[in-house]
Amino acid sequence: MRPDSEEALAACISDTREAVSIVGGGTRLHPGEGAGARLDVSGLSGIVLYEPEALTVVVRAGTRLADVQAALAAEGQMLGFEPLGAPGSTIGGVVAANASGPRRVQAGAARDALIGVRFVDGNGDLIRNGGRVMKNVTGYDLVKLMAGSRGRLGVLTELAFKTAPLPPLRCTLCLPGLDAAAAIAALTDALSAPFEVSGAAWLPDRGALIRLEGLERSVAIRADALRDRLAAHGEVVEVQDDPWLLLRPDGGDPDGDLWRIVCRPGEAARVLSALPAPVSMDWGGALIHLRLPADEMPVLPRFAGHARRITGAAPAVLPAPDPVVARLDAGLRRRFDPRGIFAGAD
Amino acid sequence: MQMPEPDALVLSRRDAIVAALRQAVSDAVIDDPAETRAYECDALSAYRCPPLAVVLPRTTQQVSQLMALCHQLGVPVVPRGAGTSLAGGSMPTADAVVIGLARMTEVLEIATGDRLVRVQAGRTNLSVSGAVDGQGFFYAPDPSSQLACAIGGNIAMNSGGAHCLKYGVTTNNLLGVTMVLMDGTVVELGGPMGEAAGLDLLGVVCGSEGQLGIVTEATLRILPKPQGARPVLIAFDSSETAGACVAAIIRAGVLPVAIEFMDRPCIRATEAFAQAGYPDCEALLIVEVEGTAPEIDEQLALIRDIAQGFEPVEFRESRSEDESRRIWLGRKSAFGAMGQMGDYICLDGTIPVSALPRVLARIGELSRDYGLPVANVFHAGDGNMHPLIIHDANAPGDLDRAEALGADILRLCVEVGGCLTGEHGVGIEKRDLMSVQYRPADLDAQMRVKDVFDPRWLLNAAKVFPLEVSASRRDARPNLPPDAA
Ligand SMILES: Cc1cc2nc3c(=O)[nH]c(=O)nc-3n(C[C@H](O)[C@H](O)[C@@H](O)COP(=O)(O)OP(=O)(O)OC[C@H]3O[C@@H](n4cnc5c(N)ncnc54)[C@H](O)[C@@H]3O)c2cc1C
Ligand SMILES: Cc1cc2nc3c(=O)[nH]c(=O)nc-3n(C[C@H](O)[C@H](O)[C@H](O)COP(=O)(O)OP(=O)(O)OC[C@H]3O[C@@H](n4cnc5c(N)ncnc54)[C@H](O)[C@@H]3O)c2cc1C
Repeated sequence: MRPDSEEALAACISDTREAVSIVGGGTRLHPGEGAGARLDVSGLSGIVLYEPEALTVVVRAGTRLADVQAALAAEGQMLGFEPLGAPGSTIGGVVAANASGPRRVQAGAARDALIGVRFVDGNGDLIRNGGRVMKNVTGYDLVKLMAGSRGRLGVLTELAFKTAPLPPLRCTLCLPGLDAAAAIAALTDALSAPFEVSGAAWLPDRGALIRLEGLERSVAIRADALRDRLAAHGEVVEVQDDPWLLLRPDGGDPDGDLWRIVCRPGEAARVLSALPAPVSMDWGGALIHLRLPADEMPVLPRFAGHARRITGAAPAVLPAPDPVVARLDAGLRRRFDPRGIFAGAD
Repeated sequence: MQMPEPDALVLSRRDAIVAALRQAVSDAVIDDPAETRAYECDALSAYRCPPLAVVLPRTTQQVSQLMALCHQLGVPVVPRGAGTSLAGGSMPTADAVVIGLARMTEVLEIATGDRLVRVQAGRTNLSVSGAVDGQGFFYAPDPSSQLACAIGGNIAMNSGGAHCLKYGVTTNNLLGVTMVLMDGTVVELGGPMGEAAGLDLLGVVCGSEGQLGIVTEATLRILPKPQGARPVLIAFDSSETAGACVAAIIRAGVLPVAIEFMDRPCIRATEAFAQAGYPDCEALLIVEVEGTAPEIDEQLALIRDIAQGFEPVEFRESRSEDESRRIWLGRKSAFGAMGQMGDYICLDGTIPVSALPRVLARIGELSRDYGLPVANVFHAGDGNMHPLIIHDANAPGDLDRAEALGADILRLCVEVGGCLTGEHGVGIEKRDLMSVQYRPADLDAQMRVKDVFDPRWLLNAAKVFPLEVSASRRDARPNLPPDAA
């Protein structure tokens, strides 16, 4: 199925008798997803409205992420949450995954930039929520509920975002000598100071990475202050390349499963101590990507957060969801998709 | 304001209900009519109704016991923070028990390394910042009512303030909550970075106006305090030019922490009231930027360049703490000043910034048609308008006329692509206008969420949705099994 309008999509949904799997670019289906009949949303594409002076853009869900980014860049703007989509990613897939890059520590996630949605629920009804203004508390915020819902409540057809100005200058400081655990302390220190750090990550061959962005003089002032503050953690150098794209962990290793762990930065060192060295760490330690042998489960201490297998044969989430949360989750899925059409999602 | 008939069965069992509440939490129940009167309304004081009883618990455990009890007895519950809602969100019904969080004000955890703080939900907004101020941090969302309003109320209303252009509103700064469902179940939502493993339930709880559960504890993101902040005041001889200047500043990529707008009627009133020394002009902007002194200079130089293109009547840059205070003085006393001019209704619509000139012009026309003055003061950076409709509440028909004008202005906001409320919420105030913005299917989708969290529609049920739209759900109440979700 590849509908080319909201109406056609709604008809597809109300007519279907089988479970469907919603696919945007198909770059990031989690284990277990994609088992139903393929519902391709790439036919719903194009920018509907872009008002740079109001910092808002409205886009159809099947639009390529790269096309959205190019249109914004042409006006000196960007999606502030900096999604690191693989080539082919669609904006609907980004939202459905709440996919958010390094700037999340400063600018928030996809959910925070999303200000309006249109979607077709499991009954085939078109639903609108939010709008195209940044402040909106008119009724319940289904916008947030849809972000990260991975196609379990409905098919996103149109999305409104708040955009952000492209910073004129960026500067990345690096503490090359640090291992993951030592990096956490340095990153935390950087994020606890008023320097508006817009990226705080760690990569195995690179060490701790800290990014500053903004007006020229302002970046220079903050970089100097940060060097002083971080000197106690080790040597601080400025890097010339752009290591931030490397934070997109590739799922290409057939011998291993990729795990994504979200925790409190303060707990990251303890979580890490139980595991092999991570593939990357972002958000000041709150996001850890880890590769484990296929089908192996990580042995995790009790912590506030969760781990999810994002490549591999079978879905897995640790710890098991709280039963009350699971009941609410299931209740919502049943109300938005009474026939279980989107069961093909997992 | 139409409210549903109170449940006769509940009213008839009042004494038994109060006794049961007292048995659950002996020292926290108020049922003396002289005392429950203090809870008959919030800051939308035109509408009042004393509740059946008020309970002021101290712990999540007690809230859970009380909710389970009310659920079992079929008694409606209205959550209450500080009662500063401007939308009537915490106004009770006669058959409802108000569960107030005023005694739940503790700070439970401060973790500056994780840049978060955990507090009980009755704690006031400003005192959250107060608790972390010594460590060099602050909590960003800053509603003007921040001295009084509680975090639980902020979460329920997804409140914002002048600085949310840069820092976002409550939902962007909320990481998790402990919440009690109507049946007494305690649940934790959210997680580190606000991200849970499943659906973003936290995201829909924030802004749900106390209809999904009672938030008892909240984990909030805190930020390092900026090193400094400085405002400029830019005066213009037309509102349109001021609006165009706002768009140009944003377009140029400077992102100030706040851009506030005041029009002539508002400037006049505040000058008479607070003597801030504002220029005599049609409209003015207050733009504030943050950072170290040289960073501030760099940003202000850019803003000055942009503003010059619009030939401002005056560009007044603060050079000292005292000058900054004076620039903000008029803006901060605006609402008090309007109060001196007469009674007022404060609207809260949001519009796309691009529609600003058109909307201001149309508001002027409507104001003349209705014969009621309208003053404008608002957060211009994000299009959140607060037109104030001045009227005389004692003059027969004036309030009705003011409300009709208000409804017309809000319809205008929706018409140009905006919304009915940017920060105050729907409550009872804008309940019946919801159908202007949302179609029946859109409203039904929202109500399905309530069906899941509160299947019997006992929690603050007469708010947010037009009464005729929610009627079948509210009326079905007794027939639904408690765990229909
Ligand atoms: C190696 C790699 C690692 C990544 N790691 C992460 C990560 O850890 N976290 C993260 O959030 N992102 C991550 N991403 C970003 C990823 O690219 C995004 O999830 C997104 O760009 C996928 O877009 P897509 O169009 O290919 O979506 P798809 O892969 O087609 O779909 C992703 C999910 O979204 C649903 N979906 C797609 N379109 C719609 C729609 N219109 N309506 C409703 N549901 C829809 C699908 O059913 C599926 O559940 C990673 C990307 C790569 C390549
Ligand atoms: C002078 C003045 C200025 C204001 N300025 C602003 C402003 O700049 N920005 C802004 O956004 N608002 C503003 N407001 C509106 C108001 O202060 C906010 O809506 C605030 O968040 C309400 O908080 P409260 O604790 O007083 O809540 P209440 O008025 O007690 O309740 C508000 C709603 O929240 C629910 N509720 C309260 N506590 C809980 C809880 N713990 N769990 C679940 N539900 C709960 C209630 O049922 C009700 O629906 C202003 C109000 C006044 C009077």
